[in-house]
Amino acid sequence: MTDKNQIMKQKYPIEAGNFTLAGEASGQIKKVLKQLGVDSNIVRRVTVAAYEAEMNMVIHSVGGNLTLQVTPDRITVIAEDRGPGIPDIDLAMQEGYSTAPEMARELGFGAGMGLPNIKRCADILNVHSKMGEGTLLEAHFDIKAR
Amino acid sequence: MKLEEIRAALNAEVLAGEDMMDCEVISVCASDLMSDIMYYVKKQTVLLTGLINAHAIRTADMLDVNAIVFVGNKNPMQEIIDMARERNIAILATEYTMYEACGKLYSLGLPACVRNA
Repeated sequence: MTDKNQIMKQKYPIEAGNFTLAGEASGQIKKVLKQLGVDSNIVRRVTVAAYEAEMNMVIHSVGGNLTLQVTPDRITVIAEDRGPGIPDIDLAMQEGYSTAPEMARELGFGAGMGLPNIKRCADILNVHSKMGEGTLLEAHFDIKAR
Repeated sequence: MKLEEIRAALNAEVLAGEDMMDCEVISVCASDLMSDIMYYVKKQTVLLTGLINAHAIRTADMLDVNAIVFVGNKNPMQEIIDMARERNIAILATEYTMYEACGKLYSLGLPACVRNA
């Protein structure tokens, strides 16, 4: 990819509460990035962030989309859901804070490390949320940085 | 350390990846929490867990973990074993509990994964 304006975009619908399919979209994202020849450390960081964002949507939202966007300089993972929204983003960013239901915990999720993990992996993380409307999470990864 | 040495130390049964016992392992991550695993796992890490569901396999796959040890004498369903095979992940099962299995590997000199920067 040499054209600066070239953008590759893939959108994956995420179904709320579907733990059987949960993780499939992130697995696809990993596959696409590997096929594009992205550095393995970046692939790993993007994949972890995508997986955490996907699980957050499966566990907490009423459904949404996970989108992968790739330009020559940057990879972006966008998780956009249709609600219910995060009441206190600062609290949700704290390690160990979780509101995940018992069913998610039984499967090994709900450690309260989802958003902190995404923040750690991404070069830039933006989270916007409005109660009753939904959450928009954007995690950016610089291909040339680090 | 070779995966075979880990198998022997844990007296483990190999459920998948019989041909992977030569793989080199340099650290261990032991957890039943997927986010913790994603926080700690690095390359050439063996994952010890009591969770025998599809998410353990998916999480390992995302992180390029090539071996999982199911602790506490658990028998995963065939579809879980098949999932691991498709992804080239070795599956070992031991009767030892998490605590015992960790102790045995630690005493062999295998270090824990540390937090990624």
